[in-house]
Amino acid sequence: MAARIHVGAGAATALSTFNSKKLVAPPSRTNLPARSSKRYIVAAAGSDGSKKSLLRVRHSQKLIANAAVATKAETSATTGTGHELLLFEALQEGLEEEMDRDPHVCVMGEDVGHYGGSYKVTKGLADKFGDLRVLDTPICENAFTGMGIGAAMTGLRPVIEGMNMGFLLLAFNQISNNCGMLHYTSGGQFTIPVVIRGPGGVGRQLGAEHSQRLESYFQSIPGIQMVACSTPYNAKGLMKAAIRSENPVILFEHVLLYNLKEKIPDEEYICNLEEAEMVRPGEHITILTYSRMRYHVMQAAKTLVNKGYDPEVIDIRSLKPFDLHTIGNSVKKTHRVLIVEECMRTGGIGASLTAAINENFHDYLDAPVMCLSSQDVPTPYAGTLEEWTVVQPAQIVTAVEQLCQ
Amino acid sequence: MAIWFARSRNLVSSLRQNLGLSAILIKRNYTSPRPVFTNYQLSSRVFLNPFTSFRHESTAVETQPDLVQQSDHEDDAQELDFPGGKVGYTSEMKFIPESSSRRIPCYRVLNEHGSIIPNSDHVPVSEKLAVRMYEQMATLQVMDHIFYEAQRQGRISFYLTSVGEEAINIASAAALSPEDVVLPQYREPGVLLWRGFTLEEFANQCFGNKADYGKGRQMPIHYGSNQHNYFTVSSPIATQLPQAAGVGYALKMEKKNACAVTFIGDGGTSEGDFHAGLNFAAVMEAPVVFICRNNGWAISTHISEQFRSDGIVVKGQAYGIRSIRVDGNDALAVYSAVRSAREMAVTEQRPVLIEMMTYRVGHHSTSDDSTKYREADEIQYWKMSRNPVNRFKKWVEDNGWWSEEDESKLRSSTRKQLLQAIQAAEKWEKQPLTELFNDVYDVKTKNLEEQEHGLKELVEKQPQDYPPGFHI
Repeated sequence: MAARIHVGAGAATALSTFNSKKLVAPPSRTNLPARSSKRYIVAAAGSDGSKKSLLRVRHSQKLIANAAVATKAETSATTGTGHELLLFEALQEGLEEEMDRDPHVCVMGEDVGHYGGSYKVTKGLADKFGDLRVLDTPICENAFTGMGIGAAMTGLRPVIEGMNMGFLLLAFNQISNNCGMLHYTSGGQFTIPVVIRGPGGVGRQLGAEHSQRLESYFQSIPGIQMVACSTPYNAKGLMKAAIRSENPVILFEHVLLYNLKEKIPDEEYICNLEEAEMVRPGEHITILTYSRMRYHVMQAAKTLVNKGYDPEVIDIRSLKPFDLHTIGNSVKKTHRVLIVEECMRTGGIGASLTAAINENFHDYLDAPVMCLSSQDVPTPYAGTLEEWTVVQPAQIVTAVEQLCQ
Repeated sequence: MAIWFARSRNLVSSLRQNLGLSAILIKRNYTSPRPVFTNYQLSSRVFLNPFTSFRHESTAVETQPDLVQQSDHEDDAQELDFPGGKVGYTSEMKFIPESSSRRIPCYRVLNEHGSIIPNSDHVPVSEKLAVRMYEQMATLQVMDHIFYEAQRQGRISFYLTSVGEEAINIASAAALSPEDVVLPQYREPGVLLWRGFTLEEFANQCFGNKADYGKGRQMPIHYGSNQHNYFTVSSPIATQLPQAAGVGYALKMEKKNACAVTFIGDGGTSEGDFHAGLNFAAVMEAPVVFICRNNGWAISTHISEQFRSDGIVVKGQAYGIRSIRVDGNDALAVYSAVRSAREMAVTEQRPVLIEMMTYRVGHHSTSDDSTKYREADEIQYWKMSRNPVNRFKKWVEDNGWWSEEDESKLRSSTRKQLLQAIQAAEKWEKQPLTELFNDVYDVKTKNLEEQEHGLKELVEKQPQDYPPGFHI
């Protein structure tokens, strides 16, 4: 590939990432010889002060902020004993804690009340908090999303559950035109601190309409934030952070991850909404992924390690905005990027991420960014066909080998 | 009405099997091949199966205005259990007709000449309140006129008048309490005016200047003010209805002595959100007052092309919502109805639907020329003979509470104030560039900061490409 290297401004300091000058139309692009020295930047993990300042942790002090620490994913509690639970229970725990903490938090959606939710995330909440605070709604996504927005503008903090993310397409009008916009168009007079959550992604033979990746469609809407959880630890942390955020947040869960088991800390914690999670530090290649694909990547990583590769795996978690700081540090270290996603090839999260990486870290890439995605087809029902539409570990291994040649 | 139907089930079921028309209900007179219809039934739509002469018919012209057939069969005494409760049954196959023979009447207090109709139910209005109401109606008229002219002169880009609907705007606002949360559609600036929004504040929003509470982000007439409990106008139609259900829900949760009040036009009731909002409010038992301004036109779509029901009021019962039809050009009727509805909503924790019958005298907006799709005579008639402001004025004057002198003083001073407000708003500087990026989120994200920085640099580098007075 042609070495069109943007004239980088001066010395990038060790911890700075993308140079903002890159965003201005450059006066000229010159061909420079490849960089002579490899810049080595530590993916600063842990409670590094300078890193935090860029990420602007907004939430209150009494919580243990989750930094992108490698070890967190494998063992949970670095302190205390912790307790084991399944991902849907972690979501429920987070939700319950927030409802205990703030009487304005309420839940609305189909079958969330006494039924406990289709995936049992709201189990027991109606008994504890009452029918009004955990509200069963009639079937109309646009209506209960709109209702949540109206309630939020009046001071409540609704958590709106879509039974399946795909159904939220019916709520697109309210999400895009009102949820995302009203804070802006009202001149900041009205805030909309809603959380819209639900399961999405490809399940086991659920058919095309129940296997959608809505993050692709929503990513362009200005004014909303999107996060995807993948472990019980980050599920609880992100749920809590999302509820406390003043902005509308869409929390993407995955149908197949609800029964993941993990030990999480007993003490209270939240996860930073804009932060990516370092799953496995490495040297040779940066693999960016999120949600269920994280597990396919980790499976491929085992094979890759046996073959002598050292992949760095990052669960990007924050789909909008991207945590370009963590990602950038990784790219600067490894110079190779593979994105593994479940979205369709066209217009998915991977497509945007590829663009963002190329724009900001072009200098540091030794190979083109590769993106493994699902094909641009509706997800078929037949098991074999469905499997072929989802990126499998074997493909990931092949891709890494290809990139690392 | 000589429709005989086969009482023998065997005959009917065998016919069904033969014809494979099990889904179609058959009524046939077996004594003669051709059934006899009344004119009423002939005029209703019938489905004619080309292969047989069987028809879908609605029977039994009902004589009473009730929508629901009262069964007169003794079987009615017995009831069946179904999800949702007990329901009586009947062996008489009756279809509920698509419309009543008589339309729902509208509630009115003042006649066309501005006198109170004897023995009318209404909430008394004091002199002070009546005079204030009239003043605000007149102010709204002047405001609409001047802003419309300003748009025509190119000073603002867009405007939307409420001409003909002043009574709805002001009288409904007067009937509410300041804590009631209003979710407007867009033709209700009078509500904001009543609550104390100044002419200067209106002008600032229309000019999108630095003093605009919306910070120049929305087009004109998209007012919003949290201090006045008036949610910012959002362009897509009917999105405010489910939101109103949400506001009602929030008020119910917090046990506040307030309700949500939301407005919609006749056209907006066709949106899915109308169904959703009303259904939800009913199920949640939320304190919401839905006010539908049936003004006859949705841009160029007349109500006959919008729905086939008897207006909007009949839809309320379909959702289990108490409803009323009001003469929207009668300020006293509007005041009484909204006042009562509000009390019902708050004390009984239920939604209420009010259909206000009126006429949109003005064009839909400054982008519309309504003479293209309706008669100028029609517009003129409603403007002059059915003018709500004049009608109320007559009543106020007859009570000795208002004089011609007061009239000319009010109109000229309002006009002057408006012209000054416009001049001032026009000159007021616009928002700086930073406001382009603020309030997207509570705290600006990294990508927005970069984009802002990039744009700033661009503007600084090439100021000649940007309008003068364009600040960063």
